[in-house]
Amino acid sequence: MKSPILAMAAVAALGLNLVGCKPKDAGSAVSGDAAEKVYVAPGKHDEFYNIVSGGFNGQMSVYGIPSGRLLKIVPVFSVFPENGWGYSEESKPMLNTSHGEVPWDDLHHIALSTTNGEHDGRWAFGNANNTPRVARVSLSSFRTEEILELPNSAGNHSSPFITENTEYVIAGTRFSVPTDNNADVPISTFKQNFKGYISFINVDKNTGRMGIAFQLKTPGVSFDLARAGKGKSHGWFFFSTYNTEQANTLLEVNASQKDKDFILAVNWKKAEEYLKQGKGRKEPAKYAHNLYDEKTHTATSTIMNEVITLDPKECPGIVYFIPCPKSPHGCDVDPTGEYIVGSGKLAAVIPVFSFDKLQKAIADKTFDGDFDGIPVVKYEAALYGEVQKPGLGPLHTEFDGQGNAITSFFVSSELVKWNIKDLKVLDRVPTYYSVGHLSIPGGPTKKPHGKYVIAYNKITKDRYLPTGPELAQSAQLYDISGDKMKLLLDFPTVGEPHYAEAIPAALIAKNSTKIYKIEENGHKYAAKGEKEAKVVREGNKVHVYITSIRSHFTPDNIEGVKLGDEVYFHVTNLEQDWDVPHGFAVKGGDNAEILIMPGETQTLRWKPNRVGVVPIYCTDFCSALHQEMQGYVRVSPAGSNVQLTWGTGKNPVAEAEKKVAKK
Amino acid sequence: MRKQILAIALLALSVTWYGCSSDGAKQRSEETPTDPVEATNQQEVHGDMITEVKLTTPLDQAMVKQGQEIYDVKCGSCHKLDETRIVGPGWKGITQRREPAWIMNMITNVDMMLANDAEAQKLLEQCLVRMPNQNITEPEARSVLEFMRQNDGVK
Repeated sequence: MKSPILAMAAVAALGLNLVGCKPKDAGSAVSGDAAEKVYVAPGKHDEFYNIVSGGFNGQMSVYGIPSGRLLKIVPVFSVFPENGWGYSEESKPMLNTSHGEVPWDDLHHIALSTTNGEHDGRWAFGNANNTPRVARVSLSSFRTEEILELPNSAGNHSSPFITENTEYVIAGTRFSVPTDNNADVPISTFKQNFKGYISFINVDKNTGRMGIAFQLKTPGVSFDLARAGKGKSHGWFFFSTYNTEQANTLLEVNASQKDKDFILAVNWKKAEEYLKQGKGRKEPAKYAHNLYDEKTHTATSTIMNEVITLDPKECPGIVYFIPCPKSPHGCDVDPTGEYIVGSGKLAAVIPVFSFDKLQKAIADKTFDGDFDGIPVVKYEAALYGEVQKPGLGPLHTEFDGQGNAITSFFVSSELVKWNIKDLKVLDRVPTYYSVGHLSIPGGPTKKPHGKYVIAYNKITKDRYLPTGPELAQSAQLYDISGDKMKLLLDFPTVGEPHYAEAIPAALIAKNSTKIYKIEENGHKYAAKGEKEAKVVREGNKVHVYITSIRSHFTPDNIEGVKLGDEVYFHVTNLEQDWDVPHGFAVKGGDNAEILIMPGETQTLRWKPNRVGVVPIYCTDFCSALHQEMQGYVRVSPAGSNVQLTWGTGKNPVAEAEKKVAKK
Repeated sequence: MRKQILAIALLALSVTWYGCSSDGAKQRSEETPTDPVEATNQQEVHGDMITEVKLTTPLDQAMVKQGQEIYDVKCGSCHKLDETRIVGPGWKGITQRREPAWIMNMITNVDMMLANDAEAQKLLEQCLVRMPNQNITEPEARSVLEFMRQNDGVK
């Protein structure tokens, strides 16, 4: 009895072991200790936060690494039913643009703020790809605090990328467009009239507040991605471009004609000098600047009317083109700042450029003519070397901090690790399936934390239980602490992640906001305590100053609302304890519902459309008596004589009648 | 017996695996200074346990005033000033029923009280809603106590 079992176990172990070492059938190529490495015991916390773009859902999501657990969805450019973002009166201005309210956008890239080129754990920036905007999210409150629209831009894809000390967030336009104030031109005049604008957004180092410092007016090409220089190359920015053919139709073919497109190198320190000399030009432009104030719990939207542009043709020495094979997508700078990796998505090699060689080529004027007046540096003069036969369709590169780079390959569906110095391929692992972006904790910074790489795959297919035609997106976690990359975990993600960053939990967790202090609540309609609860009529607007605490509203009986009125429920959550939000809903709510954090005031607008008694209740389970947290609003016909009365724990109408009787 | 054998097999399995996958591997994880313990140390802030409270007469009117202001914002939703129980008990007579330190601890350190104090637990059974931590500091709680004393007729 004994020995057959042992033999079977041994055979099984051997068989599995072989698969483990040589993953021919890569679908099962998970090493034996994978479960242990990703298991975060109940009540324990993950080691890293993974801040992940939501793609077409317009949001950011937050996962724990290594568990892959979804911790939070932060609404940014899209309305969000979970907490009323974009529905509450306070948050509506955040989605305002020069086009009016845009309820849904496409968020592709994350940039975490840095100081001295290292993560500082303060803010996450994200881009709206469709209606060009950049958002700043607080990593204390995990709430979007600011959204800045970008004029003269279309398809804000090359965005947001930040400089070493978060001096600037940059945003390059994917579509070249005619300038906003002279935009009615034939599409066929692309070459004459279309420009590729790059916005340099300055960031206040204390408040994080953004403003467009200037826009660089470059030739009409498509900007794809970018990275700031760091260390020795701090002061420079590098952008990948495509469609240097300047096609305006059937780009699939027409923008893939040339053997090489360009990487654009921008000396932004020099641009700053030109600005100081007054070379900037004020141009009319219309764009929205939206700010969320944590003290008033209210957002404002301001329409701006002017932007400063800088024309490189009038400012020699700030921009250079470097040829890069073919349709480069990722453009990534290694932790030392010396190597710039261009990933030509249609190219057979990965070119690696040297910052020192680029500087020498510029000094020696080793140029290969110009492109629309901008010098083109000779390819070989800036090239450090090429990674040969890395794979098919290289997209993005991150760095492990040990002298290696890991590049994602969409077409051959793999991650490839290679050494930056000798450009030799060291290892490759398959992804399931067709990886887009990848993320190493601290990967884009001067000091990567390494340890893991996460692949964000574009195709999911059979990785999870099927859920109809629309599937969750598949992310995969690999251990990179050894010589060989090892698949540890698949985890589903929401939306469609593009770029993401991972940051040690220790940099963020300790700063997390728990409550908003009720004493500091500066909301115009706050009721700080039940004493301040009231109902005020202003014409046909009825303002309800209503408080919530476990487990009742004050007031919870309201009469005297009439058809034709617009009712504003300003709900102040009086709780001062972590994790005690209250919700608020009204029957027939034509707008939405809201969720109110402790100490916060949020407003739900409601326009009743029929006479009757309408229930209100708390939608967030708050206590054993949550189910009792409910009340009534009586709606009477227009012109009715019902007095405006309100209260909790008494019968407002009876008391009003008593008062009348006394008189 | 079976279990033992399986355990041995699994052990063999994991050992060979480890050997095959991490030969010469740099354990970069050891180099990263991230301290998950520090990251997970997310205790809520509470006051220290209060053991002794000195009461004086006449009442400190500045404290009474501050206590009433705090009451209006943070306490009054659930505690009335007469005997009526709303969510929590009414405050009339509380300074005669409870020790000053008990009251202070209940305000500043309610989770500890509900975990350890039999009287506090009895109240939870009656009211069924955990008294919330309203983020009140010790000096603020002292002012609330002064206001309670005034409410109970102390001059």
